[in-house]
Amino acid sequence: MKFDTPAEPNAIDQLKVVGQPLDRIDGPMKTTGRAPYAYERHDVAPNQAYGYVVGSTIAKGKITSMDIARAQAAPGVLAVVTAQNAGPLGKGDMNTATLLGGPEIEHYHQAVALVVAETFEQARDAAQAIRIDYAPADGAYDLAASRDKAAKPEKLTGGPPDTAVGDFDGAFAASEVRLDETYTTPDEAHAMMEPHASIAAWNGDELMVWTSNQMIAWARKDIAKTLKLAPEKVRVSSPFIGGGFGGKLFVRADAVLAALGARAAKRPVKVALTRPLMFNNTPHRPATIQRIRIGASREGRITAIGHESWSGDLEDGKPDGAVSQTRMLYAGENRMTTTRLAVLDLPEANAMRAPGEATGMMALEIAMDEMAEKLRLDPVEFRIRNDTQVVPDDPGRASGSDPQGKAPSAGGDSNQRRAFSQRKLVECLRLGADKFGWSSRNPQPASTRQDGLLIGHGVAAAFRNNQVVKSGARVRLDARGAIQVDTDMTDIGTGSYTIIAQTAAEMMGVPIGRVTVRLGDSSFPVSAGSGGQFGGNCSTAGVYAACVKLREEIGRKLGFNAADLVFADGEVRSGGRSVPLAEAARDGELVAEDTIEFGAIAKKYQQSTFGAHFVEVGVDPFTAEIRVRRMLAVCASGRILNPKTARSQVIGAMTMGVGAALMEDLVVDKRAGFFVNHDLAGYEVPVHADIPHQDVIFLDETDPVSSPMKAKGVAELGICGVAAAVANAVYNATGVRVRDYPVTLDKLIEKLPSAA
Amino acid sequence: MKPFTFERAASPAEAAAAAARTPGSKFIAGGTNLLDLMKLQIETPAHLIDVNGLGLDAIDLIPEGGLRIGALVRNTDLAADERVRRDYGVLSRALLSGASGQLRNKATTAGNLLQRTRCPYFYDTAQPCNKRQPGSGCSALGGFSRQHAVMGVSDACIATHPSDMAVAMRVLDAKVETVRPDGNKRSVPIAEFHTLPGDTPQVENTLAPGELITAVTLPPPVGGTQIYRKVRDRASYAFALVSVAAIVQRDGSGRVALGGVAHKPWRVEAAEAELPNGPKAAAEKLLAGARTTPDNAYKIPLVERTLGAVLAKARG
Ligand SMILES: Cc1cc2nc3c(=O)[nH]c(=O)nc-3n(C[C@H](O)[C@H](O)[C@H](O)COP(=O)(O)OP(=O)(O)OC[C@H]3O[C@@H](n4cnc5c(N)ncnc54)[C@H](O)[C@@H]3O)c2cc1C
Ligand code: SF4
Repeated sequence: MKFDTPAEPNAIDQLKVVGQPLDRIDGPMKTTGRAPYAYERHDVAPNQAYGYVVGSTIAKGKITSMDIARAQAAPGVLAVVTAQNAGPLGKGDMNTATLLGGPEIEHYHQAVALVVAETFEQARDAAQAIRIDYAPADGAYDLAASRDKAAKPEKLTGGPPDTAVGDFDGAFAASEVRLDETYTTPDEAHAMMEPHASIAAWNGDELMVWTSNQMIAWARKDIAKTLKLAPEKVRVSSPFIGGGFGGKLFVRADAVLAALGARAAKRPVKVALTRPLMFNNTPHRPATIQRIRIGASREGRITAIGHESWSGDLEDGKPDGAVSQTRMLYAGENRMTTTRLAVLDLPEANAMRAPGEATGMMALEIAMDEMAEKLRLDPVEFRIRNDTQVVPDDPGRASGSDPQGKAPSAGGDSNQRRAFSQRKLVECLRLGADKFGWSSRNPQPASTRQDGLLIGHGVAAAFRNNQVVKSGARVRLDARGAIQVDTDMTDIGTGSYTIIAQTAAEMMGVPIGRVTVRLGDSSFPVSAGSGGQFGGNCSTAGVYAACVKLREEIGRKLGFNAADLVFADGEVRSGGRSVPLAEAARDGELVAEDTIEFGAIAKKYQQSTFGAHFVEVGVDPFTAEIRVRRMLAVCASGRILNPKTARSQVIGAMTMGVGAALMEDLVVDKRAGFFVNHDLAGYEVPVHADIPHQDVIFLDETDPVSSPMKAKGVAELGICGVAAAVANAVYNATGVRVRDYPVTLDKLIEKLPSAA
Repeated sequence: MKPFTFERAASPAEAAAAAARTPGSKFIAGGTNLLDLMKLQIETPAHLIDVNGLGLDAIDLIPEGGLRIGALVRNTDLAADERVRRDYGVLSRALLSGASGQLRNKATTAGNLLQRTRCPYFYDTAQPCNKRQPGSGCSALGGFSRQHAVMGVSDACIATHPSDMAVAMRVLDAKVETVRPDGNKRSVPIAEFHTLPGDTPQVENTLAPGELITAVTLPPPVGGTQIYRKVRDRASYAFALVSVAAIVQRDGSGRVALGGVAHKPWRVEAAEAELPNGPKAAAEKLLAGARTTPDNAYKIPLVERTLGAVLAKARG
């Protein structure tokens, strides 16, 4: 199905099943331990052996010698795989560093060997007997020190690396009120519960991989490419995933090494990355340095806004897109953004929940708070005053070219810029302020005390673009009238199973209990996968498309020739005639497959999601310990397919935002070039006691431009802006402005007001 | 993890004797620290002696006053004991601020005293660490040292002792009872139990090889307001950046010990004389001669302010 014009009213609008706060259908399996994660799939292949990954202990250089003889001779050992004996390997399109290093070492804990043994303990013990000599080389590990050497990257997700509109420098210099500040965000880890894990088995030259991966089609392609196989020879299965946050978008060492180990040991092999390995072996969110300049008139209208960002990655890596929201969020005639990328020899940087906006909003939304204060404006009001219903930094205009030939003729007044398909930022801010009780906030920092604490309130906007990615599904009706949906979409804890079942139930007019959903298998139609908050909208839209086809098929089979068939209560109805759905499959199952593809409409409008975060913190006046007391998010992100699963996504994202604000920090050892705190004791994320009551409000919104579902992403929107709202609340509580995340007590302690 | 042999000792004395007999042996109690370290090959015992079945899991009243806490009493049970909660509140509070419910159910009194540092370089066997591999160097010096010690440090090691319980025991003047392989028993004041790193950071206490902890004794109750204040980046399940164990009497006199600042619970008698004069005066004495890194210099003002919080709370 080609989606080219705004969605008309359709069967989804009935909202009998879609839009209902249904429990997750996989919930009981998850809570009773019956949903097997990759490493626990003991029954899929007999005689599984255990692989243990050895990571490099230098960050950069060469292996000069490697003695694996003792490991090979150790009890229970079946094989030792290294780059030397693995045969020629390729590199996946999505990987920056190779997944099996040697002799060249690209980063700390890059996998350099896999030991396969009868038991996990034997494999681990033998792994520790491998002796490796290295010739370390000097590397660059410090972003701040490499800042001046950073170069303009070839590309940036979602636009060119640099943009310029109007005359930023002139307008900024002429502004009545100016802000010029630099903010930093640290490297962050996904730190999901389930580690990367895979079981691999060969059948001749065919490879089966049971793994934990968000993007099945990418996984299949990159496993094939790495192992130099035809993609048809590889099958990937990943029905349950214990969290990913972007850390499992790409094939990692567990999958490739399990396959190599299985080949060498001639039996199925399972590999999980150990927790200490995960932080340096797998990708992370890169640190950023961000300079923001805002110029405004005294009345608080932004006249100039500039955002420059620096991040680092391995050679041929990617920049963080921290500037992306600044191109769209606030008005202002004169604008600039630049992105620079430094080469760092740290582990690979890559996507983590809301890559770009997550870090960008951490900086921009503190800057907006600071600017509001300079202007003596309420920060909610300042944001509202600078709302824009059109894209102020339209890339078509900014680059001076118009590849589509669709841009309005030159002239440049704002109504010729692309419009947002929906933009309810102001409504989110207003409603949030009202529900949160913003008007009773004390604008004077460090002057509210309650319960023996310094109390502060902070606000930030939320913004994340809505991406659309084509997505396919197969639907089947059987003789009992039951529906089965197959798609390679994944459920990483988000609720995909449930919203897909809701979609099929709505479309086919059956109760949700009559729908079975099977996910995460590369033998199913290729879906959008779970990433970039596009999975929910796009995968259900793919199911919608397949269901439309199945409905047509059923209509034909049952001899209806009307186009206005109604599917309800397990029946098909038209013009007074009503036939049980199951009738259509009496002579055999009916199967329909389709893929939703997004056409030019996706480019005609800017699709983004909006929100507002409100936070109350309490800061201990003695110790500067910061604890969040209250949080509210208001989201405008299209139709909410299931308010329960959507709320879970948003409160999870808010929790992650608290982590980013107050504790998450992959600390770089700038001498040896690695993340030092590489376990969950050292890399702190919020625990239950850190998270207070969280409220989430969804605006009642549908976006017919996004898809037939009229839904958009929400799971990443939920994190964007949270950290800044917390940081702004800390400022309001203490009068101390921290511009380097995380906001920890050591950055406040010397500047706190007197405790008494 | 290295392969190891395993035995269950029949009595405390036999456990100690077995430990002396078998080279490379270690006692195992709750295993919550030792097993983690074995998996990472930071500890590589050849032989484990299980001391769980030795009947060392009772809390008894000492006839002359005070409590004898068996070495194998679980942290959960110790924290919940009525006598501890009534008379030694600081100990109960310190225990409950540590680790998690599940860990405290396993963790034992002796194991807690002997838990090893949480220095991240100690945990990464690829990095130089004098405590793990004497003579290899100290990665924390010049590296990431936000958690590290500011008092009693050496050029060889700046690690802290991470226990909360031990800080409370220090302020309570507890004693550690042991039995040696030759059957001799002794009782060591907790002040003399843990050591400073000096040139031998791999040595963390004054136990002799094979010496088994059998109990910890607490002197008769001293009353007062008993406070344990643990400062950390998140609300639970984190080691102390700084902690203060305090017993403050109605007249303003009192005792105070610090956690998170040294290789052992930190107590300075001269500082206690200053308590009535306020946190600044006391902190000055507690932290005299401090040696900080850029990462952990914040601990100096933090100690003073935490002490301020504790004294304010004690005043009510
Ligand atoms: C995730 C995590 C978080 C934690 N957080 C905290 C915290 O916030 N605060 C805190 O204080 N602690 C914390 N801990 C540490 C915890 O308190 C210790 O692991 C526990 O107390 C150790 O007791 P155990 O009985 O399990 O010791 P084991 O692991 O069995 O033994 C530890 C050591 O003591 C020796 N040993 C044991 N019994 C004896 C004996 N009777 N005589 C002589 N030697 C003996 C062993 O040989 C070993 O060397 C945490 C631990 C974990 C894993
Ligand atoms: S501080 Fe001590 S434990 Fe940490 S690296 Fe240095 S020597 Fe090792």
